[in-house]
Amino acid sequence: MIAGRSRKARILGSIGLYTAVAAYVIFALFPLFWTLKISVTPQSLLYSEGITMWPSSATWENYKTVLRATDFPRYFLNSVIVSVVTAVLVTIIASAAGYALSRFSFRGKTTVAVILLLTQTFPLVMVIPPIYRIMGELGLTNSLTGLIIIYTAFNIAFATFLMQSFFDGIPKDLEEAAMIDGCSRSQALRRVIIPLTLPGMGATLGFVFTAAWSELLFALMLISSDSQKTFAVGLLTFIGKFAVDWGQMMAASVLALIPACLFFGFLQRYLVTGLTAGAVKG
Amino acid sequence: MASVTITNVQKNYGAMNVLSAVDLSIADGEFVVLVGPSGCGKSTLLRMIAGLEEISAGEIRIGERVVNDVAPKDRDIAMVFQSYALYPHMDVASNMGFSLMLRKTAKELVFDRVGAAAKRLGLDVFLQRLPRQLSGGQRQRVAMGRAIVRDPQVFLFDEPLSNLDAKLRVHMRTEIKALHQQLKTTSVYVTHDQVEAMTMADRIVVMHDGVIQQVGTPLDLYDHPANLFVAGFIGSPGMNFLPAVVSRNNTEVEAQLSDGQTIAIDPRLLVEDGERVTIGIRPENIEVGSADTLKAKIQVIEPLGLSTQFYTTLADLQVCIYAMGRTDRKPGDTMNIGIKAGDVHVFNPATGQRIDPAA
Repeated sequence: MIAGRSRKARILGSIGLYTAVAAYVIFALFPLFWTLKISVTPQSLLYSEGITMWPSSATWENYKTVLRATDFPRYFLNSVIVSVVTAVLVTIIASAAGYALSRFSFRGKTTVAVILLLTQTFPLVMVIPPIYRIMGELGLTNSLTGLIIIYTAFNIAFATFLMQSFFDGIPKDLEEAAMIDGCSRSQALRRVIIPLTLPGMGATLGFVFTAAWSELLFALMLISSDSQKTFAVGLLTFIGKFAVDWGQMMAASVLALIPACLFFGFLQRYLVTGLTAGAVKG
Repeated sequence: MASVTITNVQKNYGAMNVLSAVDLSIADGEFVVLVGPSGCGKSTLLRMIAGLEEISAGEIRIGERVVNDVAPKDRDIAMVFQSYALYPHMDVASNMGFSLMLRKTAKELVFDRVGAAAKRLGLDVFLQRLPRQLSGGQRQRVAMGRAIVRDPQVFLFDEPLSNLDAKLRVHMRTEIKALHQQLKTTSVYVTHDQVEAMTMADRIVVMHDGVIQQVGTPLDLYDHPANLFVAGFIGSPGMNFLPAVVSRNNTEVEAQLSDGQTIAIDPRLLVEDGERVTIGIRPENIEVGSADTLKAKIQVIEPLGLSTQFYTTLADLQVCIYAMGRTDRKPGDTMNIGIKAGDVHVFNPATGQRIDPAA
């Protein structure tokens, strides 16, 4: 707390700060609230009540329909499989690559880094036709494995840079101290570096999971059968030729939020930064 | 405990030569300080002893064993890092016991050794804390503790006190010295601080640009610096250097300064009449207010209580004088100073080497 500032000024400062934070939170969460609101609005009231903050009567009917009468549970499971497998694969590969880029100097290191960066510079839409052809030849269209491979490939570059920065943040001294204390390099990695990189791995896992979870473009292009659709593609089935079933679509969206929330809830403790505080001077 | 023998060791990064042909023998139980300005190669040499840097050429032995190709973990050494490098996810006890645990030492023995080391360092109440919950000084102690728990052949210190504040640094300096007197483990200590080197070392190794300049006891280096670099590096405030020309007549030899004033030097020195030399005089070897003929003009006076530092001009060059007691002189005054012939160090200005008396 800043000395010399009056109590009043401090209180006013706090009020200002919290007002700003609250305004931002409302701004960010309002669309989610609206999704939730529409998902519990009965079909009959959707267009008849005008714009209200909450419908005069709420219903679980949309949820029931989505879970029982549509293929949504299947889409859902597909999304979970694709996202979790992609996130885990990418995190493992990116950790290994990030560690190498951070700790070793090897021939072609700069080239590898530049190529990784290059893959991030052009629009995805551009590569869809060639990828579609390749996957077609390999028999990987309309398959979750195909999606996992593509998502993994497209997320690795960014995830590698992310992991590299986490490894860079861990002082080299710690590894050297461990090696002098009696660790081999792999023991030092396992006992000292990895425990300290868990927040970074958590962040990477979360980032890739979210990216794969909400990916639409590739899923739309590559998946055609109902049994392989992910939920992002599945949401589009609520758009009919003549009408959009908003209630069910929003109910499905709310359900789709749940795994993402659970996932981040689980990761939260690994996302706490500052775990390395106290390692070196300070 | 063991000796450390470094024979013709070199280090190159590509074409860049960081260490050239270093030879050094460190006796069993000796406390050797490697000192020099940053970039002189002292840390590189230490890291080579530790096994953290590859040796480009030459040989390092710990005891009788050549360790060039031995992994750090198998060298039986302990190192204290400048950053302390404590494992942030382990408490103090685990930090200190980590090396023993890796060697699969019995739990009770680890507990005893960690306890004993912690007690010696005054850390017994902090054993369950994480490094981030400790102050800088306590972290430094944990780093020391981690080293002594192992009872290694050699202790390596890489500027371990640089991150502490001045007062704590002086305190820890004494503690490390006391610890060494008890444990008598061979120690190699790297610092850029010549005061640390002087106060702690059995022997000092002065390094500059990857080359050992001189090896000797602290007072050896102080009294007989081998060259201009060592002369200027050791001692605080530093030695004063003045260019002069030798004038020899019969038994008397004098060094004539640029303004014509002369200082008597040791007549046995191997210098010829008319030879250009650089003379070096330590600030405390200049006598103030003597009957001598040298005149210096005071620029700045720094009263230190016990003593006084004068910054004066002599032959257009700044000369620092360190005198005991206090003064009522003022800046701008001219004062008489005297220098004994035996206190004048004479160097060859071209090579920088010390010129000694004929044997």
